[in-house]
Amino acid sequence: MLTLQVQKPKLILEDGRRTDGRRPDEMRPIKMEVGILKNANGSAIVEMGKTKVLTAVYGPREMHPRHLALPDRAVMRVRYHMTPFSTDDRKNPSLSRREIEISKVIREALEAAVLAETFPRTTIDVFSEVLQADAGTRLVALMSASLAVADAGIPMRDLIAGVAVGKADGTLVLDLNEEEDMWGEADMPIAMMPSLSQVTLLQLNGNFTPEEFRAAIQLASKGIEELYKLQKETLTSKYSAYKEVN
Amino acid sequence: MTEKDKIRTLVLPGDLVGEVGEQQAWSPYIIRNGNKLYSTVIGLLEQRDNQLVILPLEGVYYPRPGDLVIGLIEDVELYGWTVDIVSPYKAYLQGSSLLGRPVNAGEDLRRYLNVGDYIMAKVDSFDRSSSPMLSVKGKGLGRISKGKVVDVSPVRTPRLIGRNRSMVETLSGETGCEVLVGQNGRVWMNCVKKESEELLVEMIYLIEREPYTKGLTEKVKSLIRERLGVNVASPEAQANT
Amino acid sequence: MSLTPSNYNIVPLIKREGILSVLEKGSRIDGRKFTDFRSLSITQGYAKKAEGSAMVRLGDTAVLAGVKMKEDVPFPDTPDQGNFIVNVELLPLAYETFEPGPPDENAVELSRVVDRGLRDSKAIDLKRLCLVPGKKVWTIWIDIDVLDYGGNVLDASMLAAVAALYDAFLPKVEINGEEVKIIKEEKGERVPMNYPVVSVTVAKLDKFFLVDPELEEETIADTRLSISYLEDGRIVGIQKFGSGTLTTQELDAVESIARASTSRLFEELKKVITRPEGGVTQ
Repeated sequence: MLTLQVQKPKLILEDGRRTDGRRPDEMRPIKMEVGILKNANGSAIVEMGKTKVLTAVYGPREMHPRHLALPDRAVMRVRYHMTPFSTDDRKNPSLSRREIEISKVIREALEAAVLAETFPRTTIDVFSEVLQADAGTRLVALMSASLAVADAGIPMRDLIAGVAVGKADGTLVLDLNEEEDMWGEADMPIAMMPSLSQVTLLQLNGNFTPEEFRAAIQLASKGIEELYKLQKETLTSKYSAYKEVN
Repeated sequence: MTEKDKIRTLVLPGDLVGEVGEQQAWSPYIIRNGNKLYSTVIGLLEQRDNQLVILPLEGVYYPRPGDLVIGLIEDVELYGWTVDIVSPYKAYLQGSSLLGRPVNAGEDLRRYLNVGDYIMAKVDSFDRSSSPMLSVKGKGLGRISKGKVVDVSPVRTPRLIGRNRSMVETLSGETGCEVLVGQNGRVWMNCVKKESEELLVEMIYLIEREPYTKGLTEKVKSLIRERLGVNVASPEAQANT
Repeated sequence: MSLTPSNYNIVPLIKREGILSVLEKGSRIDGRKFTDFRSLSITQGYAKKAEGSAMVRLGDTAVLAGVKMKEDVPFPDTPDQGNFIVNVELLPLAYETFEPGPPDENAVELSRVVDRGLRDSKAIDLKRLCLVPGKKVWTIWIDIDVLDYGGNVLDASMLAAVAALYDAFLPKVEINGEEVKIIKEEKGERVPMNYPVVSVTVAKLDKFFLVDPELEEETIADTRLSISYLEDGRIVGIQKFGSGTLTTQELDAVESIARASTSRLFEELKKVITRPEGGVTQ
């Protein structure tokens, strides 16, 4: 009778692997690149599986309108936005409530890292465009934003790396894919400044026991270490010429 | 490498660069967490005596009193000018600084400096609460009436100037042009020949592109000599080919 | 676009020091212990034109939730389920700097966090909001008006939403095959609730963790963590608010503190929502 209803697929297969063949603690392939836009002060693109986000940073620059400027620090303006063709069905280009919330949590996560007090009365603008959405877009956006801020030469406490931990068929899984995002029992995006061991973003959608919550943080920390290393390699490779400096 | 050359290492935000204890200069590029010191930017870390110094490889110009800058007049006001100095902060030049006397009521300041004019100026004062104030009192300061100005990334100015001004002297000595490097990433030049001006601009962009190439000063010198037809077989030029 | 908020609520530095020095002595400015909620009252049926409502006062914070419903067509992927929509309004009457207009990012975030807490906990039995599978379902609107902004609006909003849902009745329905007759004037079944859900917010202020921060504590807090729970201790939602940070050890500590604080909220809720489990018999 309910022919319309899509059945939940099996998320963890017989061999313990996931629908895309990964082990529960394995992340999708990752690609990162910085300094790819000419006009922006800093830019970066990060891909995680089929999720792809481009971020540009402008500033610090003069704040307009002036009355929004803060006397003791730079104002950060952050926009997370999905292009209409980033999803299966065309997404309306105007900002959704989801994008408004994600822009806010990304801004707050970045503010934890950026030394905004270095540039009072200015603005630092961070624009993230999701080019392909396939789970994990807010974290990929945040990672590309943190790389773009570094690329712009804006002082920051640390880079930010983040990954989602979820629960699929009762198993904790690292870096959810789209199916796990849709059908899994939990999705917990978490981002950190790894060298300082500080959590800058944390959300949970779904349900965890307190024990699962703690195990999920441990699992995420492992992934975050790996992502952080890649971020550093990405930045280093841009300046590889400077390694044999005089 | 001479004994003056320092070991520099590439550092990134969040990189541990040292421990508190030894004498430490304040720098926005180094922060303290507990007794550990971390880099906050992509830069080159240098140990100078007991001090850690990070030369940033990216970033905007942050004005400091005493800096020589090249500004662009953006607006003419009643008692002075708003000046773009390629910084997040718009600078201001008081009329009296240029005129050497107070501005008369109703005086048209456009007669002295108009929108679009370049000026050579010093940053007189700047703090976190007010705009940078410029001064044009001093030799060589004021309206730029000849030559050419090019923009480079402001974090490259130390390299364009060079250790003990070696790079800027090479640039001007070898091309025969006058060269002044503003701390804000604007470079003024005045050449007799068009050919040398073009070459000079090319060299400036080369230095911006590969600031920390080994033996850059020598490379620039030999390139200029080659192009201007000076004997390239000089010993130091040969050593770098 | 999300902007760093301007300092609309500057707490004088000396006050911050004052608050901290009281905390150093093991107490809070209003005399509470670190893990205490403020005085709490929940009044159901406050707005009579709503199908269900609840007024919640948590210290100086006042929040009114109202439930309305309308017939709707189901989403194609959930043909046998009803829907619900949460909307939080930070009304201009609630605080001196609040302006009329569409919800700002704070209101949007609050709405979405309350929504996720209700949705992920499966507190509402959405299947029983289905009238004719694939054709007709109920959509429940949970509108939450913040009337007095006195800190920790989220936990108050969650309490108000849950209490209002437990207060709410669907209109009477007569179903004949695929024909649905709705008699708006008559009460039908209660809104099908499975169990209550609560949210507990803990503010990190310097080295202290404060449950249910009042406005000043909230303003000077480094960061806040809000965790939604079921009565068995299961976590059904988390949101970190603000630009401060926590270590993973601190997350551990905060979660334990928050979980221990849920019992008081469940007790208070139960005083007003006492009725047989599941609400209505078929």
